This record gives sequence, structure tokens and C-alpha cells, in this order.
Amino acid sequence: MAYSDKTRGMYSEVLTGLQSAGLFKQERYIHSAQAADIEVEFPSGAPLKKVINICANNYLGMSSHPEVVKAAHDGLDSHGYGMSSVRFICGTQDIHRTLEKMVTQFLGTEDTILFPSCMDANAGVFEAVLTKDDVMISDRLVHASIIDGIRLCSAMHDTFKHSDMEHLEEKLQLHNDKRLKCVITDGVFSMDGDTARLDKMVELCDKYDALLFVDDSHSSGFIGKTGRGTHELCGVMGKIDIITTTFGKGLGGASGGCVSGRKELVEMCRQKARPYLFSNTIAPPVVAGVIKVLEILSASTDRRDKLESNTAFWRKGLTDAGLIIKAGDTPIVPVMLFNAKLAQDVSRDLYDEGIYAIGFFFPVVPQGQARIRTQISAGHEIHHLEKALEAFKKVGKKYDILGKTKQEIIEMYGM
Amino acid sequence: MDEMQEIIKNYVIKEYVEDDTELTYDTPLISGGIVDSFSMVSLKRFLENKYSISIPDDRATPEAFDSVNKICALVREFVK
Repeated sequence: MAYSDKTRGMYSEVLTGLQSAGLFKQERYIHSAQAADIEVEFPSGAPLKKVINICANNYLGMSSHPEVVKAAHDGLDSHGYGMSSVRFICGTQDIHRTLEKMVTQFLGTEDTILFPSCMDANAGVFEAVLTKDDVMISDRLVHASIIDGIRLCSAMHDTFKHSDMEHLEEKLQLHNDKRLKCVITDGVFSMDGDTARLDKMVELCDKYDALLFVDDSHSSGFIGKTGRGTHELCGVMGKIDIITTTFGKGLGGASGGCVSGRKELVEMCRQKARPYLFSNTIAPPVVAGVIKVLEILSASTDRRDKLESNTAFWRKGLTDAGLIIKAGDTPIVPVMLFNAKLAQDVSRDLYDEGIYAIGFFFPVVPQGQARIRTQISAGHEIHHLEKALEAFKKVGKKYDILGKTKQEIIEMYGM
Repeated sequence: MDEMQEIIKNYVIKEYVEDDTELTYDTPLISGGIVDSFSMVSLKRFLENKYSISIPDDRATPEAFDSVNKICALVREFVK
């Protein structure tokens, strides 16, 4: 038997180490559809508990939208369950190309290619468009999937300090001898909820003849006046060379992602990107669902407008309650607790109060920056947010952190 | 203390240190988590430009870049 006791013991030791370090991840089983109100089994085997979900990426409340669900049903009936093939053999249906054209129009780009996920888009795009003669210059806080894509690419890689445009310019000067330079950033950064300075980045990329890549996964559908993303917010639509985004968050929440941008770069992905070449694309019912999502969002901004007002209500409520949040306008609202154990304790107590929100701590965020990351949705009604605020106040009072400064919280609980 | 040590130390502080971490010539940079392996690229390019040298990729290892003193030793091998 290849899987010997020695091998099993080795892995058991690693897993035990994760548990003792408080880094062991446990799933919570949701027995209902994804929504503001959900039923959760946690821990495994416990009776179901009705809670308000404030930690989903369901920004626009599309995950269980009846029209989207119906469209997916219709897509299943008309185009089947799966393709049993990669795109370029016999895995492309008319609806895949329809969706690509709709995304192109929605984002204001030249062309789009679908990927099984945005993780796959990020894993495949750099290797497809860059070579060892080029350089990638990324923000130091970009998403893990971008880091993986960078690792798979033969181009040189350098970083700039988070959102530091002077540092980025220094790096563009340092690498000005390279054949191509590609500046890489998230649109909205997932842990802090802050937004990239795309207007300034476009200016710098023009000045130094560099490509600009933006992962807009936490923006597409709701950031900007009509929800097109951070490029709309920053007034640079049509000036981003590569946008990657996901259909697993605001745009329906199921799965799938894409690369959208300059047509030659998209075509390079179609010819060379390995996750596209060697994996089935998005399943037909999901494609049909995303098409409906884009139809809904293109017809009206009601949902992103509601998300905007919900977010303002939530941010003001937390601030008025005396909690420390990361400044910004996005629906990612981190409540800062600084200490990892405190973040876990607060999360547990919130759950007891019927609020589902998760603590994040090192190594997911830097040491001493533990937090509860809350995420607001257009699927929330004000009564959901009021109940969640009451829970935060009650738990915050228990731990005596309301109205306290960062320094005071650290003095009480450590970092 | 020599000039090269100071130049490299100051560059590392400016480029990579974002809090009040104190740095000595022997502080572990890569293994200590101050400089990530991705960011070694700019350090290598800085050294090559500053001292007009070319450091072969197989010599630009995390071990060779792990402290200011180790970097100085590496650079001196290539300075003519």
C-alpha cells in the first residue's frame, strides 16, 4: 500500500498543526439558497439556525433572483447540462459567444473570452500574453489568484507598494528597457475594500507605454454610476487593456470568469491560455443565468443603487456605534478588531445573535489587522441591517470595544 | 560600516520596510519575511544598475540575498 502509516502520520501532523495554530478552516453547511436570510448547520450535526448573511459576495442579490433561476432552468432545457469538451474541440455553443459579446458591451471593451473561473482567467492570461522579455509590475496586495498567474508566467516580476503611484512610477522607470511592461492591480481590493487609482495608473501607463491589467471581480455590476466597474468609477472606460472578472460574485454568484480587453490580447488567450485550452468552459445553465443577469443590470441601475444606499446606511451605522471600519465607499466593510482571537470570538458571538460574519486574521490579512469582513448586498433590506447593527452593538459592548481607538483595543487584547 | 552596506541597507528600508522594523546588516531579509521572493527582482536590478554589474540568475538566490552583508559579499564578487 502506497499510503503508508508514515505518510498518513506526516499529513496528520500538518493538519493538527493548523488546528493548534487556529488556522484550520471549517465549512458551515447552508441548507437554503444563497440570500440575506439563510439556514445554517454549524457545527456539523447541529440543528439548523436561521441567520442573516453579511459575508457573501452576493453584492446584487442575484444568486437566487427568480428571473435568473428561471433563465438557468430554460438554459438547461434548451442547451443541456454540460459540454463534455473544451471550447476549441466541440465545447462552444451559441450562448457562450452571446455571453462573450454581452460582457464586451457591458464592460466597454473590444472582446471577451470566458474561463471556467476568474481564478483560471488570472492563471492563464499572463502566460498567454507575456514572455521572458517582459515585466509584470503588481500592487503588493493583489489577489492570490493573480499571484498564482504571475508565478506561471516567464516574464520578470516586480511589485509596487499598495496604491503608491510614486513607487509605481519608479518601477516603470527601472524596467523601462523591457519589451513590454504590464501593470497589475485589483479594481477593488478584497480585504480592505479600497479602490485602485485607475485614473492615475492609466496616465502612468500611457507615459511609459505599459499595459494595464485590472481584476474587477469585486466591482463588476455595481461600482461606477452604471455598475460597469472601477474603470467607470475612475473615468477610464475603454482605457484598460485587460480586465478580468468573475460571474461568481455580483454577476450572478454561480461560477465562471473572463478576460475582457484588447482584441489581440483576448485572441492570444484563445490560442494559448492553458485553463481555456485544457478545461471545459462554463456550463450551459450558468451561461444562460449570467446572460439574464447582464440583461437585468443593463436595463436598470436599481440594484446597484440600492446596494449603494444600503452600504452608506451600514457604514454610518457601524461608525455611529463606535466601531472602527476601513474608510471607503464599497460594500466590503471590514470591522477592525486587530487581535485574531478577538475576531474569532466576536464572529462566534455574532452567530449566536443570528448574524453570519467571519473573522479574518493572519496570514489572510497582515499580522495585527484581524477583522470581521462584512459585505453588503442589494438583497439586504434595512431590517436586516438594523438587526445586524444591534448584534454588533451588543457584542461590541460585551468586549468593551465601542468608541475605543485602535490603540485602546490593542492595549486590551494585544495584536 | 562601509558605504556599500549603508547604500544597500537604505535601499531595502525605502523599498520594503513599511513599519518601524529595525534593520541591521545581518537582519534576515528573505527568510525573515521583509523581502518577498518576487521583490528580489527590483533589488537585483538596483544592484546591477548601481554597481554596473550583471548578477547571473543562478547566483541571485534567496540565500545570497538574505542580509545586507550577504548581498554586499555577492556584489563584491562582480565589481571590477
